Amino acid sequence: MATLGSFALLIALALAAYNLFAGAMALRLLATGQPARIPPERLAETARRAGIAGFIAVSAAAFALVYSVFTNDFSITYILEHSNRALPAPYKFAALWSGQEGSLLLWAWLLGAYGFVLRLMHKTDVKLYAYAGTILAGIQVFFLAILNFAAPPFSLMKGAIPADGLGLNPLLQYPEMVIHPPMLYLGYVGFSVPFAFGLGALMMRYPGEKWIKITRGWTMVTWLFLTCGIFLGMHWAYAVLGWGGYWGWDPVENASFMPWLTGTAFLHSVMMQEKKGMMKSWNVWLIFSTFMLTLLGTLLTRAGLVSSVHAFAQSSIGMWFYVFMLIVLAVCIFTYVLQRNHLQTEHRIESLVSRESSFLFNNLVLLTACFVILWGTLFPIISEYVQGTKVTVGAPFYNAVAVPIGLFLLFLTGVGPLLPWRATSLRAIKRNFVVPIVALWATVIVAYIAGARPWHDGAFDRGAFYALVGFAVAVAVFTAIASEFLRGGAVIAKQTGKNLFAATILLTRRNTRRYGGYIIHIGVVLVVIGLCGAAFNRSNEKEMALNDKLAIGPYTLQEIGASDDSNANYDSQFAILDVYQGDRKVFQITPERRVYHASNQPQTMVSIHSTPEWDLYVVFEGTNPDTGQPIIKAFLNPLVSWLWVGVVLMVLGTFVALLPSIHPSTAALKVPTGAPAEAVAHGGR
Amino acid sequence: MKFRADFRFWIKSAQALLLAIAVCFTVGATDAGSRYNNLSHRTMCTCGCAEILGECNHVGCSASTEELAMIRDGIASGESDKAILDSMVARYGATVLAAPPKQGFDLVAWIAPFAVFLAALLGTILLVRQWSDKRALATQAVANTPEMDALKEKIRRETGGDGGF
Repeated sequence: MATLGSFALLIALALAAYNLFAGAMALRLLATGQPARIPPERLAETARRAGIAGFIAVSAAAFALVYSVFTNDFSITYILEHSNRALPAPYKFAALWSGQEGSLLLWAWLLGAYGFVLRLMHKTDVKLYAYAGTILAGIQVFFLAILNFAAPPFSLMKGAIPADGLGLNPLLQYPEMVIHPPMLYLGYVGFSVPFAFGLGALMMRYPGEKWIKITRGWTMVTWLFLTCGIFLGMHWAYAVLGWGGYWGWDPVENASFMPWLTGTAFLHSVMMQEKKGMMKSWNVWLIFSTFMLTLLGTLLTRAGLVSSVHAFAQSSIGMWFYVFMLIVLAVCIFTYVLQRNHLQTEHRIESLVSRESSFLFNNLVLLTACFVILWGTLFPIISEYVQGTKVTVGAPFYNAVAVPIGLFLLFLTGVGPLLPWRATSLRAIKRNFVVPIVALWATVIVAYIAGARPWHDGAFDRGAFYALVGFAVAVAVFTAIASEFLRGGAVIAKQTGKNLFAATILLTRRNTRRYGGYIIHIGVVLVVIGLCGAAFNRSNEKEMALNDKLAIGPYTLQEIGASDDSNANYDSQFAILDVYQGDRKVFQITPERRVYHASNQPQTMVSIHSTPEWDLYVVFEGTNPDTGQPIIKAFLNPLVSWLWVGVVLMVLGTFVALLPSIHPSTAALKVPTGAPAEAVAHGGR
Repeated sequence: MKFRADFRFWIKSAQALLLAIAVCFTVGATDAGSRYNNLSHRTMCTCGCAEILGECNHVGCSASTEELAMIRDGIASGESDKAILDSMVARYGATVLAAPPKQGFDLVAWIAPFAVFLAALLGTILLVRQWSDKRALATQAVANTPEMDALKEKIRRETGGDGGF
C-alpha cells in the first residue's frame, strides 16, 4: 500500500503539473490568437481531463493511507506515530489529519475534489472555468510537491517494525475531532475556488459581474464550512480541554478566524459589486487576502512560528509556505497592476448615511478585526526581533482590543439593514431606529437589575461592562432585524390574506438571499449573547471525600462514589456526583479522566449539563496522590447554549440564502386588485 | 442657532460619557479575592501548556502551583498588583504576562490596532465625503435636462427596489 500511495502521489503531481502548464499554454494561445500545432481548445480540454485524473490519483493515495491505518501497517512511519491497534474505527479515520503529512494529504485531496466538481461544471463558462481550473492546478502542484518531497506520508520505518503504534493524541480522541478538522479544511481549501475565479476573471478581463454570481455559491458554502469548523473546534475545546472556556485566542484559533473575517467581508462587499458595480478592486483584494490568510494559517500551524496548543503538527516545511505565499502575492500584484483599469468603479457612494456606507464600514471593521488578530498573533515575533525578548499576547490583550471592535461590528449589523440605498433622511432614521434604541435601553435596565453590573466590590469589571453593552446592542440588533421581518410580513399578509407567520415565510422565500442573511445575523446575535455570558462565569474547586459537598451557583454537588473502568484503548476513573438544587436531587453527573495505553497520556472528559440559562461544567482533574481522593472543579457558565443555538441559526440562514428565490408568479399569490404589486414582488419594500 | 446648541449639547454629553468610561477603566480590583482572580488571569502558566494561569487545570502542575502561591503571598504581604507582576516577570521572564506591558516598545502592540482603526475610519469618511461632493457638483452641472431626469428615473427603478440583498 505504501508503494501504491507513493506512486499515486507522484502521478498526481505529474498530472497537476500538466494541467497547469498545458492549461496556461492554451489560455495564452487563446488570448494572443497565435497559431499552434494543437488547437488551444483541445489543449485546454486535455488539461481539464488531467485535472480530473489528478483527483483520482490523489484519492488513491488517500485511500492507501486510510487502508494502511485500518490494517495497522506500522511499517509506515506516519501510521506508527498516529495510530495503534486498539484505536476505535472513527479515530482511525481521524489519523488521516492528526499529523503533518496526513493533513497535507487531506488538503490535497479536498483541493482535488473541489477541482473535480469545478471541472465537471466547466460548461457554465468554458473560458472562465479553464482559467480557474489552471490556477487551482497551480495550487495543487505546490501541495503535491510538498507531499512528494518534503513531508511524504508513506515514508517507511527503518529497522524492526514495532508490534503496535504509538496511538493517536488523546486530545484528538473525541467525536468532534472526526468532523472539526475536515470542516475547517473544507473551509480553508474551499477559498481556493473563489480565489481562482477572482484571479482568473482579472487575468482574462472578464466582462461584467457574472463571475461574482458564479462564485457566490462556492464562497457561501466555503464560508459555511469554515464557520462550522471554527464552532466545532470551540465545542471540542470546551468539552475536552477542561478549562471551562471555548476560545483561548490561541494562534491557531486566530489563524482560522482571520480568513473567516475577510471571507465575511467579501460576502458583504460583493453585493455592492453586483448591485452597483462598486468596490471591484476591493473585492478582488479581499478574496486574494482571504486565500493568503488560509495559507498563513497553515503556515502558523506547521512552522512553529508561534507557540500554540496545536503544536502537534509542527515541522520544518515553513520555508515551502513562505516561498509559495511570496509567489502567490507576486502573481496577485502583477495581475492587478496589469489589469487594474478593468476594475473601474461604475458608481460612487452618495451619502455617509446609506446602505452603501454601512457595507463599507462593515468591511472596514471586519478588516480591522482581522488586522488586530494578525497583529496580536505576530507581535511576539516582532517584539523578539526588535527587543530581543519575547512577550505573550493572550486573552487579556484580545479582550481589551478586539471586543470593542466586535461590539461596533455588531452595532453595524443592526444599523446596516435599516438604512436605504443611496441616502437617507432624518425622518427615516427616526422611524427605523426608535424601536431598537428603546429596546437597547430597556435591556440595559433589565440586565442591570438582573445582576449584569460593571461594578463589583467597589471595582470596575471590564468584562461585565462589555457584557452589558453586548446584551444591549444584541437585543437592539435583534429588534431591528425582527422589525424588518414583521414589516415585510405584514405587507404580504395584508395583500395575500395569509397569517403573519405564513406571510413571513413567503417573504423569506421571495428573497432568500436577503432574509437568509438576516437569519444569519440573528444567529450572530445569539452567539454574541452566549459570548457575553462568559463575563459571569463562576468556578469552585475541591478535593472531595465520600459524601462531601461542593456548592456552585444554585447547585450543590455531592460525591456519592468513584469508580474505574478499562478497555483496550484506555483506563478511566470517574467520580459519581449527585446534583441538588435546594433539597431536590435534579440529576447525576460522572466526570471522567482517562489514561490512554498507547501514549500513556491522561485526558479529562468533562461532564456538562446544559440549560438555556447556564451550563454546569464539571471536571475530574485527577486524584490527590497523598489522599487518593478525587479533585473536582465545577464551573457555572451562563448562556453557553445560546452560542451553539446561534451557530445552528447561522447554518440555517446560509442554507436559506443559498436557495433560489421564488418568483411571485410561482408563489400562488392572490394579489388583490389595485395592490402595489411591485411591493409584493420585492418582499414588501 | 438651535442646531448649534443641540450639537454642542451632544458633543458635551459624549465627552462626559467618554470621561466616565475612561475613569471606570482605570479603577482596579480592591479586595483580596478579586485581586487574586484578576492577577491570575493576567498571567500565564509557565509549564508550557500555553494557558492562562487561573485556568490551568493540570493536577500537580508545579509551575502554576508556585505562581499562584506567589500571587497569594504578594497580596497577603500588602504588595501592589504592579509589584507582584514585576516580581513574577523577574522570576519567569516577560512571557509570564498574558498581555504585553503598556510601556516601551510593547506599547505599540496596544496603540497600533486603534491607530489603524481610526486611520481607516477617517480615511473612509473622507473618501465618502469626497465622492458625495463630486457627485453633488456633477449633479448640479446636468441637473435640469429632461433626458437626465429620465435616466435618473430609470436608474432608480433598476437599483432601488429590492432592499439590497
